[in-house]
Amino acid sequence: MLHLILFSVFGLVCVAGAINLLVQSHPINSALSLIVVMGSLAVEYLLLGAEFVAAVQVIVYAGAIMVLFVFVIMLLNAGEEERTKGSRVSLLIGIPGMIIGSVLMAWVLITHSGTHAVEAGALPGAPGEIAQLLFHEFLLPFEVTSILVLIAIMGAVVLAARPEPLQPEGKS
Amino acid sequence: MVPLSYYLVLSGILFACGVTGFLIKRNIITIFMSIELMLNGVNLSFVAFAAQWHQLSGQVFVFFVMVVAAAEATVGLAIIIAVFRTRETLNVDQVNLLKL
Repeated sequence: MLHLILFSVFGLVCVAGAINLLVQSHPINSALSLIVVMGSLAVEYLLLGAEFVAAVQVIVYAGAIMVLFVFVIMLLNAGEEERTKGSRVSLLIGIPGMIIGSVLMAWVLITHSGTHAVEAGALPGAPGEIAQLLFHEFLLPFEVTSILVLIAIMGAVVLAARPEPLQPEGKS
Repeated sequence: MVPLSYYLVLSGILFACGVTGFLIKRNIITIFMSIELMLNGVNLSFVAFAAQWHQLSGQVFVFFVMVVAAAEATVGLAIIIAVFRTRETLNVDQVNLLKL
């Protein structure tokens, strides 16, 4: 019961943050509401018994990645977003279509999925067992992601570096 | 005890919010944050299925998604800085050099 209450409270906080991200027109407000979404998702992970994923979610997502976002927003001095009008047809067709589709999908998932309830802490999500899996079964993907991160760092440095002014011929 | 479907519905709502933000927002940074929101929705369904079937592989996949998201964030924000430096704007409607 407590599990369900915690799930509902943090699920509502999560959805409210996601909707606030859409409604706000200033990017810094959107970034802060995205942090709220990520923090409440960490609580959902804890409820599922994935403690290590919850910790990494807070450290990497809500910490590192969002600091990067906020830093870039401050650096570029991003102001209010100008609204542009979308097409009228997409509003007329899209919104009812989206509501019908989502209600149908939620109804099918809730009534016909036939899955058992997920128990609190059902999974042995201890860091040791995850490390066992990560460094044995998934060793190759793990190494490939390290190369990916290295390439991403180099790409970021190359892309964000100020382009050097062209040296005139024969001067240097 | 929370049914698995509740987690899936929550993850679907997050993903739908991300798609909506991607389509309706005009600020390039906010569009980028909507992509992160979509990735978070997917992560939630990964962890929920991992708990459902007692498979830790789902959680390991969440780590890979996070690493890819981090790499994407660094490169994407560098691209945003480069775009801002050349075009002096963050509005995607004004970044239309490739448009016919």
